[in-house]
Amino acid sequence: LVELSAELRLAIALNAPTLPGTCAADRGLRAKTQEIDGGQGDGTRRIPTVDLARAAPNAGTVETKSTVKETKRMSQILAPGTAAPDFKLRVTPDQWLSLSDLKGRPVILAFYPADWSPVCGDQMALYNEILPEFRKHGAELLGISVDGAWCHEAFAKDRHLHFPLLADFHPKGEVAKSYGAYRETDGVCERALLVLDNRGEIFWSYCSPIAVNPGADGILEALENMPNERKNGHGHAQSSSHAA
Amino acid sequence: MVMATLKVPVTQHDHIRGPANAPVTLVEYGDYECPYCGLAHPIVNAVQAHFPQQLRFVFRHFPLNQVHPTAEAAAETAEFAAAHGQFWEMHDAIYENQDKLGLPLLFALAAALGLPEADLRNALAAGKYAPKVRADFLGGARSGVNGTPTFFINGERHNGTFEFDDLVAAIELHLHARAAL
Repeated sequence: LVELSAELRLAIALNAPTLPGTCAADRGLRAKTQEIDGGQGDGTRRIPTVDLARAAPNAGTVETKSTVKETKRMSQILAPGTAAPDFKLRVTPDQWLSLSDLKGRPVILAFYPADWSPVCGDQMALYNEILPEFRKHGAELLGISVDGAWCHEAFAKDRHLHFPLLADFHPKGEVAKSYGAYRETDGVCERALLVLDNRGEIFWSYCSPIAVNPGADGILEALENMPNERKNGHGHAQSSSHAA
Repeated sequence: MVMATLKVPVTQHDHIRGPANAPVTLVEYGDYECPYCGLAHPIVNAVQAHFPQQLRFVFRHFPLNQVHPTAEAAAETAEFAAAHGQFWEMHDAIYENQDKLGLPLLFALAAALGLPEADLRNALAAGKYAPKVRADFLGGARSGVNGTPTFFINGERHNGTFEFDDLVAAIELHLHARAAL
């Protein structure tokens, strides 16, 4: 009975009318997906059929399609235990950041589709508020999308973001592809989260349906579950690896 | 995560409106400066009126301070009012006057409710209620709150919209699931 209720809830969620400009990011991103997918954009009722059909064209029900889609996604993103591919990306119009620069502390990689989602509680704004909690674990947060460095700069300034946004801009999406976090059909990053340990090994990864803001609970849980020796530098005190 | 669940159970320390033994509990994580929470406020009231015996409503703070500079002060003012037994009066008053939200409004509302203005000033300056607001926020973050407003119905995150029909349908599902048990 509980399972039935969950399925029905999912069906309702997927068929739910889109309130124009709703604040919670999953609703907002639903509107965004609509634009990406070339949906009706009439602000009334919307079923993300394009999205689902792409992942499982022959699936019979909404629940099945969604499950297949998510399973497929999960198998694409790099799994725990894998060494995180190194990268060097522009972090401002004139500065670069390498993943290897951050060795010795946990790193959260948050791939997301686009800057400027039209909501006040979007994924990056949410992580911005939770940043002190991430830093309690000594972790650094990096947001990554295919937007250019100038776009990131304007977005970060507008939303008062206190963590770096990296531009996976040229060659477009190359880093996202190396993590299995690129959405080829739309030319944007998936909504994918990875938590890396102090040696750059993937400790946890998750790819959310692109219309659903995954929140921060998975990241917080991963950081809590990470053994201390994988958080601290080799023999270094955790406090030396970050500044709150 | 997609199937996010409420990690902090509802207790007597929460702000609760509606019958204590109601079969369905609707929890909202909200921000007083968020315009969508403002839109949701009359809808939540209508939903509660629709289920007078079957629903209790809980409000928890989730201020997005970097984008809403007055959200924290508003949340702390609501807690200040709660300490004087007037949480819901302040809660309703803030949302009903959200277009004028700012410190002057918060003090005017406190005065209108007969709350001591000097005490409010001191409480805000000292951050007296900040730990309570932060505790709400962190509990929300751990539960998968992904923006404002985010609703949980009997502990499960509501991934649909907050339109009246959507919330009512979701609540009815929980009532039916419970009735069938």
